[in-house]
Amino acid sequence: MAFARIGRALVAIFFIAYTSLCALAQTALHPVPPLSGHVIDQTGTLSTADTQALESQLAALEQTRGAQVVVLMVASTAPEDIAAYANRVGNHWKIGRRGVGDGVLVLVAKNDRKMRIEVAKALEGAIPDIAAARIIDNAMKPRFQQNDYAGGLSAAATQLTARIAAEALPQPEAEHPAQGTNAHSLFDWTDFAIFLFFGVMAAGPLARSLFGSALGGLLVGAGVGVLAFVFTASLLLSAAAGVIALLYTWIFGGSSTPIALGHGGGSSGGWGSGSGGSDSSSGGGGFSSGGGGDFGGGGASGDW
Amino acid sequence: MMMKRLLALCSLLLATLALGGCGYNDFQRLDEQTKAAWSEVLNQYQRRADLVPNIVATVKGEANFEQETLTRVVEARAKATAIQVTPETLNNPEAFNKFQQAQGELSGALSRLMAVSERYPTLQANQGFRDLRVTLEGTENRITVARNRYIQTVQDYNVLARSFPTNLTAMAFSYAPKPSFTVANEAQISTPPTVDFGTSKPKP
Repeated sequence: MAFARIGRALVAIFFIAYTSLCALAQTALHPVPPLSGHVIDQTGTLSTADTQALESQLAALEQTRGAQVVVLMVASTAPEDIAAYANRVGNHWKIGRRGVGDGVLVLVAKNDRKMRIEVAKALEGAIPDIAAARIIDNAMKPRFQQNDYAGGLSAAATQLTARIAAEALPQPEAEHPAQGTNAHSLFDWTDFAIFLFFGVMAAGPLARSLFGSALGGLLVGAGVGVLAFVFTASLLLSAAAGVIALLYTWIFGGSSTPIALGHGGGSSGGWGSGSGGSDSSSGGGGFSSGGGGDFGGGGASGDW
Repeated sequence: MMMKRLLALCSLLLATLALGGCGYNDFQRLDEQTKAAWSEVLNQYQRRADLVPNIVATVKGEANFEQETLTRVVEARAKATAIQVTPETLNNPEAFNKFQQAQGELSGALSRLMAVSERYPTLQANQGFRDLRVTLEGTENRITVARNRYIQTVQDYNVLARSFPTNLTAMAFSYAPKPSFTVANEAQISTPPTVDFGTSKPKP
């Protein structure tokens, strides 16, 4: 009896797992591969020498013009159509310099016998859809029909380079650009400042009543200092914030109505200037996406 | 002493909730985002509407092109551009549906036109027509992307408007969930198409 029940439970578990796996397999889109270089060949079509040549061609373009052109070869984009997949890959990688967004994705779906040039919005002027279609028709298609994939891609890269060179894009900077933009503005500085402002107001009296005036003030000051250090990574700023919070708690902690004069000004001023400081610059050697490309569906598709 | 502590704790809790939880600023940000995404959708639809006269003019040059298909495109375009769209359309589901329907009709008429054009070899060989075709294809892709982004921002907005505790803010300021795109012919595409080989020949 017990065995039968266990058996039934096992069967049920198996069915649940099986059906959910089926559902997964059905809805699974072709994954976006990691961006490892200018040329990514998942089909193993290009020889090492061809890949190297194409890679250096595209790297030279990036060095002289700054634009990032990436070639991706996949077996198939099923279940999506090639335009949808190309757009997904482009917006996932975000190839193109930050602030400029000059990226182009050349996608070849070998078994589908389809290709697409997906152009980021910044380059839609340099490479309009019609130009992309011409490149596909004249450079890629005839060579692909003769199984000359490397030649077709190289010719396409040459034509894309010529088009990008004609566009007045900002010159590439020698080193990685030291732009003051917040690369990852996950954190809203105004919100944080407001939170601290009221947080200290509320926590001050509480800490005073819990730990006494001297220790409470110290605790609040230390807490604010640590918080500020965690978020701004600036020793000076966090020390200033901590001292302000400590003084506030000591002086105003007992009175019921908070006075915002010195505290508010000092605190929010501090955060405003702090936002530029904690910017980690990534990407030293090797190829990495600029992170600025925005792909809005421009470009053209073709087949062979 | 105890009372005072409790009071302080309560005030702390209230302050955190009020600031972290009300999401007023998030509403403003997402509201602007949906408006921008919506403008982009309109922008791309306009691009398509501007393209249609060129396509029609090129196709007209083809002798004995199916007149019915052509007039349907022209009519659908006229209908789609006749609808006034304002940012307020977003908050009016009825107007939104009407707009969506008109654009859907134009999509259908255009894809029919493109399918029919396959039967005319001289048209296919015409470079101008091929360019227009590429441009139309690109525009349709852009429409898809713009719609997709609109759907995503509306989703963010609606999640904020309906989940606790931000729904209280939404209630207080009467922020209603926004309408999103749906598929107009849901019943039609959920039934498998019937494939029929050879019995009825398309007229050349």
